[in-house]
Amino acid sequence: MGRKTSQGTQYLDMAINWFKYSSPASFYFLAGKMIPLFSVAAVLFCVVGLYIGFFVAPTDFQQGEAYRIIFIHVPAAWMSMFLYVVMAVWAGIGLAFNTRLSSMVATAIAPTGAMFTFLALWTGALWGKPMWGTWWVWDARLTSELILLFLYIGFMSLQAAIDDPRRADKAGAMIALVGVVNAPIIYFSVKWWNTLHQGATVSLTQSPKMATTMLTGMLIMSIACWMYAIAVILIRTRAIILERERHTSWVGELQGAKS
Amino acid sequence: MFFRITQRDLLLAMRRRSDVLTTLFFFVIVVSLFPLGVGPEMSMLRTMAPGVVWVAALLASMLSLGRMFSSDHVDGTLEQMLLSPQSLSLLVLGKALAHWLVTGVPLVLMAPVLGIQYDLSADSLLVLTASLLLGTPVLSLIGAIGAALTLGLRGGGVLVSLLVLPLYIPILIFGAGAVEASAAGLGAAAHLSLLGAFLLAAVVLAPWTTAVSLRISME
Repeated sequence: MGRKTSQGTQYLDMAINWFKYSSPASFYFLAGKMIPLFSVAAVLFCVVGLYIGFFVAPTDFQQGEAYRIIFIHVPAAWMSMFLYVVMAVWAGIGLAFNTRLSSMVATAIAPTGAMFTFLALWTGALWGKPMWGTWWVWDARLTSELILLFLYIGFMSLQAAIDDPRRADKAGAMIALVGVVNAPIIYFSVKWWNTLHQGATVSLTQSPKMATTMLTGMLIMSIACWMYAIAVILIRTRAIILERERHTSWVGELQGAKS
Repeated sequence: MFFRITQRDLLLAMRRRSDVLTTLFFFVIVVSLFPLGVGPEMSMLRTMAPGVVWVAALLASMLSLGRMFSSDHVDGTLEQMLLSPQSLSLLVLGKALAHWLVTGVPLVLMAPVLGIQYDLSADSLLVLTASLLLGTPVLSLIGAIGAALTLGLRGGGVLVSLLVLPLYIPILIFGAGAVEASAAGLGAAAHLSLLGAFLLAAVVLAPWTTAVSLRISME
């Protein structure tokens, strides 16, 4: 039997009151407990993944040692796209149900997503140089990844320009949702544009079969990226909660306990 | 009411004719600068023309977005519109139509003249004009969302370009692509149909999104 004592409302629910953690105050402490867990997991998976990637996985017969950058590049590219959708979902929930915490999480996701997008572009350039002899090709995937970076930057700069946090949340949610609706359209138009021009002489398609160890290494690295992203997003959410709730009594008590 | 809003915005634009002309001249100047930058070789200019004209049209239409809501916001008209029993989406559609008539249509009319500078063939000129005719209303409609979200913000002009330009990319690709496809003998029908589809989708979705954004910005 859950009894919501803090608000004074009393209702019964079956097992756990999930909505308890939609309050920034209780989420703050939950996140505090979760951060060490995810940080340790991130470090462990990263060490294991990099070990497999650099020492266990065989040398590629076509690409030599340079292919090993995929252990960072591919997980970063996956994360960059995933996080945009996750961000838009949280922002949309915040807009629809007026839940403050969801909007804060969306705001916290954006810099990490932009970081992964940049990382994917950067490692892609580093990979492209030895493989194709050029840092950049106007390939459909590279171009849409670049546009994704622009979408992240637009979201972040819009939120940064608005002083009122509630308006920033809602305006950011609108642009994130418009972006998420547009993302497939942008992707396909870039793809068609690319095939029409036939500009890229190299294809990004992988060699037909990937060794199992390579795949394992890549999957472990993407788990590591997930863990890292969750830990960092939680840390950032906690910072945002403290900043926005600084006038409340529980933050005051927190400070009193510290000093 | 829809036409009333459009009529009013057009009247306001006619009273301040220089604003309209500024956008148009910006478009002309940007397009004319490119040959000076890359050299007067005709074969190169011919391949560049659709992209240059389209990018310039994007920038010109974006520059004037700030005016769409800001003067109404300053004198309080926008608040009255939000309070009125009329559907806000419809009012927004009216304002977007006025914006297109004031900034988009002059660009469409000017484009063939600029295309001649770039030595485009008559067919290509026709396709370029048709693609601009279908594409520029979409620019006004999508731009309205950005204008509504950045209403009253400092540095709104630069910010709106960050928000809106990535969303313009499909229009640019198919708009410029239509001319290239017709020049390559592939026919522009597919590109123009897609632009038409974007226009229909934007007419349905963008005013509603803009209305929601306006309420967020004004609350």
